[in-house]
Amino acid sequence: MTETSGYQRPELVCPAGTPAGLRTAVDAGADAVYCGLQNETNARNFPGLNFTPAELEQSLAYAHARGANVLLAVNTFPPAGRFELWREAIDLAARLGVDAVIVADIGVADYAAQTHPELRLHLSVQAGASSPEAIRYYCREFGVKRVVLPRMLTVAEIAALHRQIPCEIEAFIFGNIGMMAEGRCSLTNYVTGVSTNMDGVCSPAASVHYEQDARHTLTTRLGPVVIDRFICGESAGYPTICKGRYLCSAKKDAYYAFEEPVSLNLTALLPDLMRAGVTALKIEGRQRSRAYVKDVVSAFRVAVDDLMAGRDVPLAGLLALTEGRRETEGTFRSKRWR
Amino acid sequence: MAIAQTAPAGDVTLGPVLFNWTPEAWRDFYFRIADEAPVETVYLGEIICSKRAPLFAPHLEVVATRLATAGKTVVFSTLTEVMSKLDRKLVESLSDGDMVEANDASAFSFLHGRPHHIGPFINVYNERTLVVLARGGACNVCLPVELPATAIRTLAAEAQKLNVTLEVQVFGRLPLALSARCYHARAHGRTKDSCQFVCENDPDGLVLRTLENKPFLTVNGIQTLSFEYLDLSGDLATLQDMGIRRFRLSPHSCDMVAVATIFRDALDGRVDAQDTHARLEALKLEAPFVNGFFHGKAGKHWQAAARH
Repeated sequence: MTETSGYQRPELVCPAGTPAGLRTAVDAGADAVYCGLQNETNARNFPGLNFTPAELEQSLAYAHARGANVLLAVNTFPPAGRFELWREAIDLAARLGVDAVIVADIGVADYAAQTHPELRLHLSVQAGASSPEAIRYYCREFGVKRVVLPRMLTVAEIAALHRQIPCEIEAFIFGNIGMMAEGRCSLTNYVTGVSTNMDGVCSPAASVHYEQDARHTLTTRLGPVVIDRFICGESAGYPTICKGRYLCSAKKDAYYAFEEPVSLNLTALLPDLMRAGVTALKIEGRQRSRAYVKDVVSAFRVAVDDLMAGRDVPLAGLLALTEGRRETEGTFRSKRWR
Repeated sequence: MAIAQTAPAGDVTLGPVLFNWTPEAWRDFYFRIADEAPVETVYLGEIICSKRAPLFAPHLEVVATRLATAGKTVVFSTLTEVMSKLDRKLVESLSDGDMVEANDASAFSFLHGRPHHIGPFINVYNERTLVVLARGGACNVCLPVELPATAIRTLAAEAQKLNVTLEVQVFGRLPLALSARCYHARAHGRTKDSCQFVCENDPDGLVLRTLENKPFLTVNGIQTLSFEYLDLSGDLATLQDMGIRRFRLSPHSCDMVAVATIFRDALDGRVDAQDTHARLEALKLEAPFVNGFFHGKAGKHWQAAARH
C-alpha cells in the first residue's frame, strides 16, 4: 500500500455475475472481482447468474493475467445435513487458487481454516460482525484477514474500528443497499419459503408478481403480500419487503417503513473512507448488466486514481446509475440516518 | 405394571422480554413468573436497544433474586446488535459469575472458554458450527427460528454427542430481522438518537399493515417481527422425539403464566395437541398462529396438526 497525502491506495472490489461480467469489470479497472458458484453457496443465487467450476478456472486465468484478484463468495449458511455443497465450494476455491474466499458461516469458516490453512479468508458482510470484539473473534478463531463491514457504521466509527482490529476493512461504497442487517434477515423466508441465509436469495423472482388495474395502477407482490403500489407513470421498483410501503397507526398515510428505494453512493465520502483506513472499496451488483458494471467500475477507477493524484473527483456521472435515480449515503455520513 | 419413562418431557423456558415495557410492568411481570409460571429457565436482559437497558437496571437484581429464590435458573441475554460504545459496554458488563446467553459474536470475546448459552440471533445452522461453539464453551443453543425440522433433527443428534442442549422457540412472534435503523423512531418522524422512547407505546410491537390493510409485520425498535404468533404446540412430540428438551416461550403482554401452563401440560402429556392449540386459541391473541418454518414452508404458513 502506498501513501499519498494521507490516503492509502484502496483496492477496488467489483461485482462479477458472469464470466463476461468478470472480464468487463477487469477491463474497466477492477483491482479485484468477486463472484459465486451456480448454487445456494452464495448470497446472489439467481437464475442465469454465477459460475461453473470450469468458468471459474478460466476467469481466474483471465483476471490473474491482468493483475486482478478473484474472490469467491461462499457466504451463505448451510443447513444441517447439507454441508457437503459448501465443503465442495471451499475445496474448489483452494484447488483453483482463488485469491480469497468470502465466508459468513462459522462452520464453513472453520472448515476452510482447518482444511486449507493457506486459503485467505475474508469475512462476509453476511456474518454481521459490527464491533471490534466480534471481528477479533473471527480473526482469532479462523485467521480472517479482512472484514466486509455491515452497512451500519459511520465513517468516524469505521476509523475508530480500524484501530482496534488486526485485519483489513472492506466497505461497500455503491449499489443496492439492504436495510436489514445482512445474514440476520428471514423476511423473504417468512413470505416465500425460500431463505436468504440458506438458499442465497432475497425476494426470489419466482415469487414476484406485478398486477395492473384498469387505471394502470401497478401493484407489486412478493408471494401473497402487497409490497408497493405505483400510479400510472411512477417508476416501479423491484419488490423487496424492506423497501415496501406500509400503513401503521403512527402514520396517516402509507410510508416506506424501513427505507425508500434508494441506492448507496459514497463517492463524496471516498477521501474520508480512505483516510479512515479502509483497504478495499466494494461495489454491489453481481445481478446488474455488463453495461452497468462497465460504467460504475470505470467511474470509480477514475475517481480513486484522481484522489490518489490529488485531483478533484467528478461525481455527476454516477448519480444516473443509482436506483430510481435516488441515492443515499446511508448510515455512513451521520448517526441521524438511524 | 408401569414402566418408568427414561426420556424426560423437557423444560419450558422464557426468552427475554423483547419490548420496551414500563419498568414497573417489567418487574411485576417477572415477579408473577417467579411466583406462578411453570418455567425452568428465565432469560433476562435488554437485547434490542442499549438505550433501554438503564430503564430496567434498577429492577434487575431484585427480579433475578426473586426468580432464583423461586427455583428458576436465570440466564442473562446479551444485545443482538453491537455497534456503539454503549452497546459494547453493556455486553462487557455481564458479570463473571452469571450464566450468559450470547446473541452476537461480540459476546464470544468475554465468554470464550467458560460455559455459556447461544441465543437464537447467532446463526447456528449446521453441525460444524455447533462443534466450533461447543469447543468455545457453549452448553445450550437456542436455534434460529427459520430452521426446518429436517435440520433441527440433524443438529439435535450432533448436540447429544457434544453434550450440548438445544432449545427451540415454540411460542410468540417470530424475530425476522435486525437493522441499524430504529423503525419505531422512523414511524414517529424521529431518529434512533432522538427517539424519546416511543417504542414504550407498543407492548407487543407496532403493527405494519400492507396497502391492502392486512396486518403483516411488527416493528420493535431496530427489530422486525412477524405479525402472527408462532405456535409449535402441535409439533412438541416430534421435537421431543428428536431429543429437544428445552422449549422457549417469547414473552408478550398476554397471560404468559397461562401460556406456560398450557405448554407444561402439553409436554407432560396431560393435554393432547388438538386441545393444546384450542387452549392457546382461547387466549384470543390479536393475531393468528403460524408454524411454517418448522414444516419447511413459508414462515407465515399454518399447518394444522393431523388428527389421530
